[in-house]
Amino acid sequence: MTNKQYQEYATKRSETSPCIINCIKAFITGGLICMIGEAFKQLYLYLNIDSDTSLLFASLSIILLTAISTGLGFFDKIARFGKGGALVPISGFANAITSEAIESKSEGLITGVATKMFTIAGPVIIYGITASIIYGLFYYIFIM
Amino acid sequence: MNNNHLYFNNVFLNNTSSVVGKKEFEGPLSSAFDLYSNDEYFGKSSFEEAESEMVRQNLNVLFKKAQKLPTDIDYVFGGDLVNQCVATSFAIENYQIPFIGLYGACSTAIESIICASVFINGGFAKNCVGVTSSHFCTAERQYRFPLEYGSVRTPTSQNTVTASGAFLISNTPSIIRIKSAMIGKIVDKEITDANNMGAAMACAATNTIKRFFEDGNMKTEDFDVICTGDLGYEGHSIAREMLNLEGLDIKTEFTDCGMLIYDKNKQDIVAGGSGCGCVASVLAGHFYKLLSNNKIKNLLIVGTGALLNTNSALSGRSIPSIAHAIHLSTEA
Amino acid sequence: MNYLISFLIGGLLCIPAQILLDKTKLTNARILTLYVVVGVILGGIGVYKPIADFASTGATIPLTGFGYTLSKGVKEAVESEGFIGIIKGGLIATSTGISFTLFVALLTSLFCKSHTK
Repeated sequence: MTNKQYQEYATKRSETSPCIINCIKAFITGGLICMIGEAFKQLYLYLNIDSDTSLLFASLSIILLTAISTGLGFFDKIARFGKGGALVPISGFANAITSEAIESKSEGLITGVATKMFTIAGPVIIYGITASIIYGLFYYIFIM
Repeated sequence: MNNNHLYFNNVFLNNTSSVVGKKEFEGPLSSAFDLYSNDEYFGKSSFEEAESEMVRQNLNVLFKKAQKLPTDIDYVFGGDLVNQCVATSFAIENYQIPFIGLYGACSTAIESIICASVFINGGFAKNCVGVTSSHFCTAERQYRFPLEYGSVRTPTSQNTVTASGAFLISNTPSIIRIKSAMIGKIVDKEITDANNMGAAMACAATNTIKRFFEDGNMKTEDFDVICTGDLGYEGHSIAREMLNLEGLDIKTEFTDCGMLIYDKNKQDIVAGGSGCGCVASVLAGHFYKLLSNNKIKNLLIVGTGALLNTNSALSGRSIPSIAHAIHLSTEA
Repeated sequence: MNYLISFLIGGLLCIPAQILLDKTKLTNARILTLYVVVGVILGGIGVYKPIADFASTGATIPLTGFGYTLSKGVKEAVESEGFIGIIKGGLIATSTGISFTLFVALLTSLFCKSHTK
């Protein structure tokens, strides 16, 4: 058996995750997280905060809830159920940063926590900014 | 051909000890282990220190059980999965025993027993200790993601075992004899998926098992159990198919340490256990008991290791794998 | 009604990620990055704004919303400040989210320990 044949054999026989069930779980989890965000937004609107700020505060509330549940050690359980549904909302971003921070405590606050925070979240920020700068250039040259 | 089958005279496995974590103790082999800890930190402040503490406790148990002092031990052979084997180095610094650090990923336990046996057979030592360990939390952190990160596990990914196993190998006769060994060659089938280490290691196991039986001195039916290191469910069934393809029919019980240590139905385990501590604790606990109670007479244990590191995995390189085999017997 | 729309759109946005997770070997970090970049592109070509106006939190909480905010920030900054806005705009618009996440993560790390699984 050549290496290539073996790779194909191994990939073929390895059980794949049940995609449809996972998608349903992701849909429900992601939807619920956004719905909790909506509830926060309505609360802030009720407190007479303007609509743009309420929307921002709703995201911040989800970030805070994620950080707390990560710290107490049950966010990963939500993620194990909801998979993509917990990853895609801002909770996935907050969880990546918080979990790295907690885990790296033993290497110190500077070289551990502060450095490692960006291992998963860094690429998101860096490529997000890069994409926005490229878009900005286009917008400046062609549309303005 | 460099297919040297090492045959030993008068090398004995005098005693063993094992320390495991909570999840391993809740598994089906719980009664076979000497010590367990409910606290994943083993009373320390970081997981790396916890792993060293686990090894220290394990060695203390071994010395107590075997009624030996650290000064009676000529050499320690040991290793673990934490970068550059620091867990073992920290653990044994206070014993002041000459130390040889080894790395063979999950095969380290068998590697350490083979090295110790060679030293004893060559007359360079009377008593040697082989000790290896792995800790779920240190391995997870090093190879995968932080513990609190909501990472997604694929159905072929294995669970690193929190355990340590120690072996006292000596020229003083005892029931269990280390009869022979086969040192593995690197087998690389260019599998790149670090979540499917079983598939990468299965071919190394197949290769070593085949070479073990090549000289025709032993047949598979001479063994009561043939046990692979920690291929897990996926890798083990690949190994079985590959052996059939190679024309070697295993006519005896064929199992895997990664499958024995957890209860797949009751515990949240995807493809079984892995890690240096897996073979070590299953051999030191479960199989040592079976051998010394004469439930089994001949055991072939094949420790398998996936020799990747985080950089090689990220740069898309394949997983070189290795397997070492030893034959333990209660017959003269 | 707001809740239902938020639930449906938020949930729908998670499905492509799940398919990528199951069918490809893409890791979480790559998928998150992809989502943000896609958000910037969709925001840039003007597709995401109507979705965000319609679904509110359902579209802003998923990471595509983060990308959309980046593009919106750049666009507004370019309009009001010209060339410098290209560089300035993205992070200014998303600064609240990033700063708050980093701060909260640091605080959490001071008080919490990792647990075994």
